[in-house]
Amino acid sequence: MLAAFPHAMPVEGLLGGLMIGVAAALMLLGLGRIAGVSGLAARATGIADSGAPRGIAAAFVIGLPVGAFILSWITGGIVTRFPPSILPLLIGGLLVGYGTRLGSGCTSGHGVCGMSRLSPRSLVATAIFMASGFATVALMRAGGLL
Amino acid sequence: MKQLLVALVAGALFGSGLAFSGMADPARVQGFLDLFGQWDPTLAFVMGGAMIPMALAWIIQRRLDQPFADAHFSLPGTSLIDRKLTIGAVLFGAGWGISGLCPGPGLANLALNPLPALAFVGALLVGMIAHRVTS
Repeated sequence: MLAAFPHAMPVEGLLGGLMIGVAAALMLLGLGRIAGVSGLAARATGIADSGAPRGIAAAFVIGLPVGAFILSWITGGIVTRFPPSILPLLIGGLLVGYGTRLGSGCTSGHGVCGMSRLSPRSLVATAIFMASGFATVALMRAGGLL
Repeated sequence: MKQLLVALVAGALFGSGLAFSGMADPARVQGFLDLFGQWDPTLAFVMGGAMIPMALAWIIQRRLDQPFADAHFSLPGTSLIDRKLTIGAVLFGAGWGISGLCPGPGLANLALNPLPALAFVGALLVGMIAHRVTS
């Protein structure tokens, strides 16, 4: 089915996605909160004044690398391929940090939690950040940056 | 204490899902966003997989008076669509494309690829602070 896409990992993607969804469901049904990483990170660091209690936010945020470490250990190593220079990481990080605060969410809060809730606000946000991501990468490709 | 444990377990499961799915791999994310290159549909499966438990969770949530480890639901509104939302999403999407990272994968990578992840997370926090001091 996916012969046209030799790099695709549909099984890993689906299973990993299910894990992400169960984790977000645990936050919703256990603590009554959206598993939105940008908001929880801002709360954990004290950059945001309102939102989840800081302890809860910090526990979730600390859990992210802990879980990635455990998974990597179980599977014998997870390879993540970063851009070759630091500049896209710094520019991208600044834009992601500012943009997710201004837009009140990212891939997890608007994308996973909001879209599954059929929230009009999150559907619009997700459509826009996806379109912006596609357009940005298309421009990078046109400019020889990819 | 119970609440912290629930949040830690949820965060760890979320982080392991990011790592397993390929979502924590910036090159794969850029491959998904690269419609004019060798397009990689993996992230559509990640999103689809995450939607299934969450769609069920929202159905259950409507029947509950309170979450099982807290006094009440603290959920954001769903209807406000304004300039902040749209401009924020444009900027976030651009940064996502440039780096191949969004906040969750950036933080999860502190355990997988610490040095470049630290550069991204540092810039991410600076961007968040910049928003705070200018608004």
